[in-house]
Amino acid sequence: MTTAGETRRRTPPSLAGKRDRWSWLVIPATVFLAAFFLVPLVAMVIRSVTDPVDAGISNYERFFSQEAYARVLVNTFWIAVLSTAACLAIGYPFAYLMSIVPGRWSGLLLIAVLLPFWSSLLVRTFAWQVLLRDTGVINRFLLDLGLIDEPLTLIRTTGGVIVGMSHILLPFMVLPIYAVMRRIDPEFGRAAANLGASPFAAFIRVFVPLSLPGVLAGCLLVFVLALGFYITPALLGGLGDQMISQLIVQQIQQRLDWGFGTAMSVVLVGITLAILFISSRAIRLQDVFGSAVED
Amino acid sequence: MTSEQPALVLRDLRKTFGSAVAVDGIDLEVRRGEFVTLLGPSGSGKTTTLRMIAGFMSPSGGSIEIDGQDMTRVPPYRRDVGMVFQNYALFPHMTAAQNVAFPLRMRRQSRPDVERRVSEALDLVKLRDLGGRYPRQLSGGQQQRIALARAVVFQPRLLLMDEPLGALDRKLRESLQLEIIRVSRELGATVLYVTHDQEEALVMSDRIAIFSEGRIEQLGNGEDLYDRPASLFVADFIGESNILRGRYEADGADGGWMTRGPWRWRVGRVAAEQAALEAGAAAALVIRPERTRILDGGSDLVPGSNVVDATVGEVLNLGPDTKYELTLEGGQRVSVREPRERGGRELHRGDQVRLTWAVEDGLLLADRDVTST
Repeated sequence: MTTAGETRRRTPPSLAGKRDRWSWLVIPATVFLAAFFLVPLVAMVIRSVTDPVDAGISNYERFFSQEAYARVLVNTFWIAVLSTAACLAIGYPFAYLMSIVPGRWSGLLLIAVLLPFWSSLLVRTFAWQVLLRDTGVINRFLLDLGLIDEPLTLIRTTGGVIVGMSHILLPFMVLPIYAVMRRIDPEFGRAAANLGASPFAAFIRVFVPLSLPGVLAGCLLVFVLALGFYITPALLGGLGDQMISQLIVQQIQQRLDWGFGTAMSVVLVGITLAILFISSRAIRLQDVFGSAVED
Repeated sequence: MTSEQPALVLRDLRKTFGSAVAVDGIDLEVRRGEFVTLLGPSGSGKTTTLRMIAGFMSPSGGSIEIDGQDMTRVPPYRRDVGMVFQNYALFPHMTAAQNVAFPLRMRRQSRPDVERRVSEALDLVKLRDLGGRYPRQLSGGQQQRIALARAVVFQPRLLLMDEPLGALDRKLRESLQLEIIRVSRELGATVLYVTHDQEEALVMSDRIAIFSEGRIEQLGNGEDLYDRPASLFVADFIGESNILRGRYEADGADGGWMTRGPWRWRVGRVAAEQAALEAGAAAALVIRPERTRILDGGSDLVPGSNVVDATVGEVLNLGPDTKYELTLEGGQRVSVREPRERGGRELHRGDQVRLTWAVEDGLLLADRDVTST
C-alpha cells in the first residue's frame, strides 16, 4: 500500500519528458493571473500606503486603533466560523450518505448539492429573503397554521446570514469530504467489525479519523471563502452582522477613501494567506493518512 | 464443551448472487487446533466461504457453527473470530501497537491488561521494537505480522486468513509461512486459511479442502490429495500431472486396460477398484511426471510397465532435475521429470523416444470432461 503510493508519486521518466514539452500551456494562465490578479494586488498594497500621498502606515493605524473596525473584523471571523460549522454539520452526514448509497443514488445526491451551484448567488440570496422576511413564506406558513402569533425575526439576523451563506458554501464542504470518504477502503470497516467494534464504534474510531483530511480541506475552503462574503450578509444580515467586505465597499464607493479601503483589503488578504499558510502545515496530516486516502 | 467438539462446523453452506452460485453447499468440520486450508482457483468460492464465516456476508442457505454455537445470523463483531486480510487492513491512523490494542479496547479490557497483552503479541511476532511505528512506516512483511498479532491478541475462537501472503515476494512468503505455522502452533489456534497457491497449502496445512465451482472437490491431507486424488480436477490442480484420456476396459479381478487409438495400457488392480468405473466409460489415466521414465532406443521394456511413443519438445534444466516436455501422437503434451545424472544421456528437441511408467503408478479417474480432449 505504502510502496504503491510512493511509486505513484514519482513521475515516470517518459511522462516527465512529455510534461516539459507541453509546459508552455501554462503560459496563458500565468499571464492572465499576473495581469488581472497579481498586478492589481500590488497596486492595492501600494495605494494603501500612498493615499493620501504621505499616508505611510497611517491607514493601518487607523484600522487597528478603532474598536468599531476591530469589532467588524472579529464579526467577520465569527460569521465565517459559524458558517463553516453549519456547513460541516450538514455536509458531513450528507457526504457520508453519498458514500454509502449505491452509485445511481449518490449521483442524484451529487446533483442536489450542485444544483444551487449553477444558479446565481444573487438569485439565491434574494430567494432566502423571500423565504425569511416577516411577510415571507416561512412566517406566513407558521402564522396560518397558528403555531405563532407574531412573525419570527428571521431576516436581518446573524442566523439569516448563516443560513444564506452555508447554503451557498455547502458544496465546498461536501465535495472534498465525499472525495476522501469514497476512497476509504471498506475493508477497514470489516476489519473493525471483525475485531469487535460495533457499527457505531467502528464509525467513530475508524471511519471518522480516516475522513479527517476531507473535513480539514472542506473547512478550510468554506472558511476562507466565507471571510470575503459581501452580498449575502448585506442582504440577509442586520447592522450588527457587518462583515469586512461591506466596510471596504463602503469606504471605496461611498466615502471614496481609497487609501483606507485598500488598507482593509490588504488586512483581509493577509489574514487569509496566513490561515492558508498555517493550514498547509496542518494538512500534512494527509501524509499520515496517506495509505487510506490512496486506494 | 468437550474437546471432541469441533471448532467450526459448516452445514450445506450456500451463497448465491442473483442467478450466480458462488458457494454451492459446503459441509466442513474443523477440529480444535487444526490448520485447514481452502485451496482452489479464483472464483471457486473459497473467499466467499471465509467471508461468510467472518460474518461479512450472510449465507443464502445452510448454517455456521463455531464452538457449538450457531453463528449464522450473528453480526461479525460478536463472533469472536480473528481475521488477517489480504491487504492487511491495518488502520493507517493508528500505530502498530494501537492497531494490536484495538480489539482489546473494543472489549473494554483494563489499561494494564491491554498493555501487557499487546507487548506479548508483539513479542510473539518478533516486532517488539516497532510498536510505535505507523503501518506506512513498516515493510509488507512487518505489516503482515502486525496484522497477525492483531488477529490473535484477543484469543479468538477461530483464526481466518484470506490469502495473507499474496502480496509478498516468494522468499518472504516462505519465511512467513513458517512464521504463521509457528505462531498458530504456539497459540494452539484453529486456523482456516485461504490460498490459491498449492505449495503454500501443502507446506502449512493439516488438511486441505480443494474448492471448485463452489463445492469442496476433495478434503484430505497433502498425501491423500497427491497420491489419491478423488477427481481429475484435483489430480490436475495438485502438483503436475500427465493425463492420458481414453476408454476403460475391465479385465476381471485383475484390474483392466485403458485404450486410446492403437495404444493399450495396463491399469493396476488397486487403481481400478478405487475408480470403480463401468466398462467402456470415458476415463483418464494420471501419472505424475516424476513417475514417468524415458526409454532410450536400445533399452528394453521392464515387465509390468506401460509404454507410449513420444517426441521430445522442450528440455528444461530445473537445477537438480531435468524436465522434458514431450508430445504424444495426436498432439497431447506430457512432461517427465528426471534427476540430472553426471554423464547421463542427452536428449534434444525432435528426438523420438518411448515413455514408460510402472502399472501401479497409473491412477484411474473418471473423465467427466470428455469433450475437451
